[in-house]
Amino acid sequence: MTIEFSGHSLKKVFNRRVIFENISFSLQPRTTLLITGRNGSGKSTLIKMLSGVLTPTAGEVKALWDGRDTMSNLHSMIGLVSPYLQMYDEFSPRENLQFVLAVRGMKSLTSRIQPLLDRLQLKGRLDDPVRTFSSGMKQRVKYAFALIHEPPILILDEPMANLDSNGIEMVKTIMDEHYKKGILVVATNDTTDVDRHDQRVNLDR
Amino acid sequence: MTWKIVIGLWMTAVIVLGLSLPMSAQPQHWFELPTIPGLEEKARIMFFHVPTAWLASVAFVMSMIYGIKYLRKKNPDDDITSASAAGLGLLFCILATVTGAIWAKFSWGTYWNWDPRQTSIFVLLLIYGAYFALRSAVDIEEKRATLSAVYSIIGAVTMPFFMFIMPRILASLHPEPILNVQGKVHMNATMLVIFLASLTGFTGLFIWMWNLHIRTVRLETKHS
Amino acid sequence: MTAERQVPRASLWQATIAILAKDWKSELRTRYAISALVMFVITTISIIVFALGTEGASLNALSGMLWVAVFFAAMSGLSRTFVAEEERGTSMTLQLVASPTAVLLGKLCFNLALVIGLNTLVVVLYSVFISEFVIKTYSIFVVTVALGSIGFAASSTIIAAIIARANTKGTLYPVLAFPILLPLLLTVINGTRLATEGAFFEEALGEFNILVSYIVAVVAVSYILFDYIWKD
Repeated sequence: MTIEFSGHSLKKVFNRRVIFENISFSLQPRTTLLITGRNGSGKSTLIKMLSGVLTPTAGEVKALWDGRDTMSNLHSMIGLVSPYLQMYDEFSPRENLQFVLAVRGMKSLTSRIQPLLDRLQLKGRLDDPVRTFSSGMKQRVKYAFALIHEPPILILDEPMANLDSNGIEMVKTIMDEHYKKGILVVATNDTTDVDRHDQRVNLDR
Repeated sequence: MTWKIVIGLWMTAVIVLGLSLPMSAQPQHWFELPTIPGLEEKARIMFFHVPTAWLASVAFVMSMIYGIKYLRKKNPDDDITSASAAGLGLLFCILATVTGAIWAKFSWGTYWNWDPRQTSIFVLLLIYGAYFALRSAVDIEEKRATLSAVYSIIGAVTMPFFMFIMPRILASLHPEPILNVQGKVHMNATMLVIFLASLTGFTGLFIWMWNLHIRTVRLETKHS
Repeated sequence: MTAERQVPRASLWQATIAILAKDWKSELRTRYAISALVMFVITTISIIVFALGTEGASLNALSGMLWVAVFFAAMSGLSRTFVAEEERGTSMTLQLVASPTAVLLGKLCFNLALVIGLNTLVVVLYSVFISEFVIKTYSIFVVTVALGSIGFAASSTIIAAIIARANTKGTLYPVLAFPILLPLLLTVINGTRLATEGAFFEEALGEFNILVSYIVAVVAVSYILFDYIWKD
């Protein structure tokens, strides 16, 4: 069983302005892709494209599971953490995760919610509405959202945003563990966020 | 340049002939138009009202077709074409509504009667208006093109329902169409010639304006 | 590595129910749409009653006004399901976890529930406070309101999806929705009129045919076009 995640000559145009073009990469398990660039260079745009949420103007993103195309099922294969990704703030973290699992058809994984939230240092706030959380805690909820279904591909846009030193440690542990088994994609301005990377896309031209 | 002159001369001829050829009950000469009982002089409006109404609908269909093309290929030129057609369609629709209302005033006494045809042209006007309201409310070009195309398709799908609904609700005051379902033509030869000439002239005008507008917008966007 | 498992596929049905349940739960908790709708209905019916005064109005006019009240109430509450996602930034979350069709169906069902509740309230208030409004053929009325509700929900949902992606959402919604809803409005007003006149059920079959065709056409075109609206 193998996973391949690749991008081929990706290009995005907004209002006739070329954000980026000719972006290509190819990833297998135990590889990390680092995406860097100034603010406004299109990092988050590229991340959205890789998550299947934005269609490229040209080029394509491919996700293969045992050689079969799974782009239509991409949401089961990836976990995304991004400043643009919001949780439903009238719901608690537990309810948010229950919803996400139900929609993905993964109700059997509900038992994982409690231990995961505990591990992410959200113990005791499981049933409070996310609206009452600080930005650091909201970031932790986003990690729960990304990890609950144990996806083979983890995509992190600004992974350390809003986190205190405890949180940063936690994320580094998550990245290390994931790196051993899956594909990691990280977009950031701060290259110290990742300890190592195998491929790099630099959007600064 | 030549097209401008050709269309200009053609339409002038149509307008002059349409308005000035004499009418009589029993046309003796080729240049006389027959009097249609009940309409008499007002029948002349047929030369102008029907083509504009016809083009308002055709423009909508054209706009939708290019909208569909855009959805498939995402070529911005298709969106420009689609929006241009819609713009001209709106213009012709306003003309048709106004000429229709004038005709209604002279024939039936009031400008507006809510008979099926008047209602249909009014609804088309509403859809055009909504289309442009939507376009002005979206900043991102690609999204604007997509949403406009989608809305015009939805509009096109719901419009035909009027054809089935209106007869059930209101009795029609609209005159029996001269070109009826079997395609038999009740107009006499001279009238028919002028009518078809007007239809052709207006269509030519539409195509010429459409083309001009598309080229203008393309140049504008290239240089912005 | 849990990759030994097959990549799970969510069934459309499960995902739709999950989205519907989520919207419903959210609505019960915040009560934005429901409050707006209820207040709007009460206000509109009050205005109609006061405007009629002691004069009253013909049954035809009353039939029409019933659906005018429904239209404006619908315009005040049915866009919320999509607009709220955009406003709170959860649109992308939903795009990430669910297929577009599940989103459309889930929100369509949510709006359908809202419309049915709304129409029930309108009809009850109308019948209670406007004594001239008397239904003679209940079967026609019930079928008209039922089919009209589904039609309203279908059109309102797809238009809501469109305006959620635009600016000036509030004022744009009725402008876009009215031409699309007009065939439906004319037909249900006619059906209501027949019901107040005491017509036989068979006489309204033409109206029901149109309503069903309308619903099928709108749902079909929504299903085909939703992907283009929803995905960027």
